[in-house]
Amino acid sequence: MARSFQAVVIGVSTGGVQALKKLLGPLPADFPLPVLVVQHIGPDAGSGLARLLDECCVLRVKEADEQDAILPGTVYLAPPNYHLLVEQDGCLSLSADPHVSFARPSVDVLFESAAAVFGPRLIGIVLTGANSDGSRGLQSVKQHGGLAIVQDPAGAEARQMPQAAMAATSVDHVVDLDGMAALLRKLAPGRTAAPPKGGRAYD
Amino acid sequence: MQRGEVEDVEIRLLLEGLQRIYGYDFRDYAEASIRRRLSHWLAESEFATFSQAQSQLLRDRGAFESLVRGITVNVTEMFRDPAFFKAVREQAVPFLKTYPFVKIWHAGCATGEEAYSMAILLNEEGMAGRFRMYATDINETVLQKAGEGVLPIAEMQRFTRNYQKSGGSASFADYYTARYDRAILSAALKKDIVFAPHNLAVDGEFGEMNMVLCRNVMIYFKPALKERCLQLFDSSLLPGGFLCLGLKETLEKRKIGERYAELVPPLRIYRKRYG
Repeated sequence: MARSFQAVVIGVSTGGVQALKKLLGPLPADFPLPVLVVQHIGPDAGSGLARLLDECCVLRVKEADEQDAILPGTVYLAPPNYHLLVEQDGCLSLSADPHVSFARPSVDVLFESAAAVFGPRLIGIVLTGANSDGSRGLQSVKQHGGLAIVQDPAGAEARQMPQAAMAATSVDHVVDLDGMAALLRKLAPGRTAAPPKGGRAYD
Repeated sequence: MQRGEVEDVEIRLLLEGLQRIYGYDFRDYAEASIRRRLSHWLAESEFATFSQAQSQLLRDRGAFESLVRGITVNVTEMFRDPAFFKAVREQAVPFLKTYPFVKIWHAGCATGEEAYSMAILLNEEGMAGRFRMYATDINETVLQKAGEGVLPIAEMQRFTRNYQKSGGSASFADYYTARYDRAILSAALKKDIVFAPHNLAVDGEFGEMNMVLCRNVMIYFKPALKERCLQLFDSSLLPGGFLCLGLKETLEKRKIGERYAELVPPLRIYRKRYG
């Protein structure tokens, strides 16, 4: 029987805006999972990216605020200059701790904290990027029993990040951007999964 | 049981023990970040697990204090968020200048970069000798560093850019002396800043402040401790005083929120109402 997932985490760097449009754009309004995204971005970038993506997606896209409850069918973007983390009570938190893997927000930080909370019910996706942030994070997703998806480096604007992720862990799916939304819909069909309430999500 | 779950249990036991013995309650901190910091501390320590570390941490105050120093370090930079400092310069300082003398509390000042930034700004805006800043932190090691006012020279290019974006019109290099790989901030900036230890979880307010800054500190706290801090700031501030928070912190839905108006949205500069 297919397991029921509770959240999707996405890490992306160079070429991220186009990639996120392509991946998130086709997801339907009743997509049942929350989507947490780290896109590498400059410290003074403002919140324009969330607005831009919100305009071209059916799903609601917002910049994450601290203590946001993680809701299904909503996309949360890490704010510029802050790490985005998941708390055990299913809320989001932010940190201004030093850069991790040369980045803030860092994909590794999001993935590791989400893996600790969602365990096997997490889907981790590493997309295009010209660094290796996300590879430790995706490894952590796998170690906690989650599912790992990587954008096919052949079609990626920058191959290094997907390649580093594939070298770091055994990946479940290597997919073109074009096929990624369809794969997510297959993995997370219609029914809404409740966010975790206290303790580990998979107890 | 997985390794991570055992570690969860270990961390919970350790934090409870530390609270009972030393009175520091890190269970008031948001878990995801404190876990990262604890894991980082463990990796640098001589111990393989938190259970191993616990025995010494609970019996040896020195060991405990080194843990506190390790996990309460916040990082910051000169003129972090230049747009914020620009707004303070252009929109809050004109009000501050109407007072003969102003008092400022910088809570959670870490290594002092933002306190020094504020001192530079106030001096440039004609308030030299007319302000005193109380810059506090729970971590006495970072306070000592703050008092020294020494920055890595490699950062100065970035800090200079921040300074210029924040509306600074002088030469940033005039504020420090370069020596080898370090930049030493000018003594003139230090004379109006008092660095002092203060624990937001247990210590009291600072009276009659015209401005309180606490940026990117409460993001590490759970809601109850956040609420305590905001009450503390509110009781420290005079009517008409300014409360400055980090760019991702707001007074929306906060108890004290109704007594404040956001002066410059979305830069989190709030002004306390009169009456």
